Amino acid sequence: MAILKNEKDLVVPGEVLAEGLDYLPGYGAFREGDKILAKNVGIVSIRERNVGVTALSGRYMPKAGDKVIGEVLDVQMSTWFLDINSPYQASLSIGEASEEYVERGADLSRYFDVGDVLYAKIISVSKHKNIQLTMKDIMCKKLRGGKIVNITPSKVPRLIGKAGSMISMIKEKTGCNIVIGQNGRVWIKGENEDLATQAVAMVNEKSHLDGLTNTVTEFLNASPGVKTTSEAKVFEYVEGETNES
Amino acid sequence: MRADGRASEELRELVVKAGVFKNAEGSAYVKMGNTVAVAGVYGPRELFPKFLQKADRVHLKCRYNMAPFSTKDRKRPGQDRRSQEISKVVADALEPVIFTKEFPKTGIDIYIEILQGDAGTRCAGINAASVALADAGIPMRGLVAAVAAGKVDGDYVLDLTYNEEEKTKADVPVAYAPSMKKITLLQMDGDLSQEDVKNVVDVAIKGCEKVHEAQVGALKNKYKEAML
Repeated sequence: MAILKNEKDLVVPGEVLAEGLDYLPGYGAFREGDKILAKNVGIVSIRERNVGVTALSGRYMPKAGDKVIGEVLDVQMSTWFLDINSPYQASLSIGEASEEYVERGADLSRYFDVGDVLYAKIISVSKHKNIQLTMKDIMCKKLRGGKIVNITPSKVPRLIGKAGSMISMIKEKTGCNIVIGQNGRVWIKGENEDLATQAVAMVNEKSHLDGLTNTVTEFLNASPGVKTTSEAKVFEYVEGETNES
Repeated sequence: MRADGRASEELRELVVKAGVFKNAEGSAYVKMGNTVAVAGVYGPRELFPKFLQKADRVHLKCRYNMAPFSTKDRKRPGQDRRSQEISKVVADALEPVIFTKEFPKTGIDIYIEILQGDAGTRCAGINAASVALADAGIPMRGLVAAVAAGKVDGDYVLDLTYNEEEKTKADVPVAYAPSMKKITLLQMDGDLSQEDVKNVVDVAIKGCEKVHEAQVGALKNKYKEAML
């Protein structure tokens, strides 16, 4: 009949979140009889009638529409196979990678070779976990140079922040180019790579603190090599972004 | 009163810790009296050899291993018939609580190491493995708690030590998932009457509920610390 947990409560698998049929199990929750139970160790989130759990650990499970960072593992006749930090490999076919006409039997490694890192979008995930990627989307490209940092996939939304507030702040302060994949991979390139890495790691570790954007801002302001506030402000103005309160 | 001063339905000193290792995706430490077990979990990940892959669900690979220094006489290192059997029953005890259909074709690896043995090693192993699975973020219907019970001198006793195990008529390890109210492992080494079995299992389930509290506490402790 009632909800038994509050928003942001910490729960473990098997804990009862709600009783009765008034609520529906969301992500990270399931129904057993007339009860809704947690599937993961995580934080309770309540969205109207949906009760779910945001996991605090675990592997990335591919979802159609997600943009991910993948590494090319294999090049075949008309397909590339990519590691996308999930239990399944993803495939990118030539038609989804290039607008050009490609001769049958052409060497695909002149587009992408083994070891290349791509930012690509998942177009479909079948029931049997065949994953199709595409490069035909804005921002999808080969990532050259830089470095890759891994974070917990469920914490990606926190790293992006409300309307991108967190990540745009880190970009501004460090002057780095940063690309975030939904699969928990973060690509960083720029002069202050190490500083940006530390900021990303900080978000990953302290993801459930309130006012995290301010904490990270303070951390970055106190570090040497960070752009001064005035410079950052000019940048901010040009980008036309708003600050999170 | 028992040899170590416990009441008949009292557990040994129980310590549960979650996330004790950095490299494994999930890990746990469990100490039940003088029995010490650690577990590490990897996955779900791509499974090889390929013939082990199941098209509709995950393959649970479990390895139970005793350290050479875990017993009074040195234990010959490596897998033997006993450890192979326990590996299998532990995997079977954990499978019912895992959402296996969510990860077709993949494998989850569970490694259980017994650092010190004083009876009830499979139970300690299951307790550690179940916390490690939750720590690794694998979706589960609940945790599995396990503890053995038996009958010594006409008394139903919980969480037997090695010395008690020698005196008991039968040693009954029970694994129980409190969230589903289901028994996932039930073995009996020895001979008991029908009525005795019922009573022993009841005692064991009560013990499992206490162990479950400690497991929940350990997981919450780890993640609370991470959040501060």
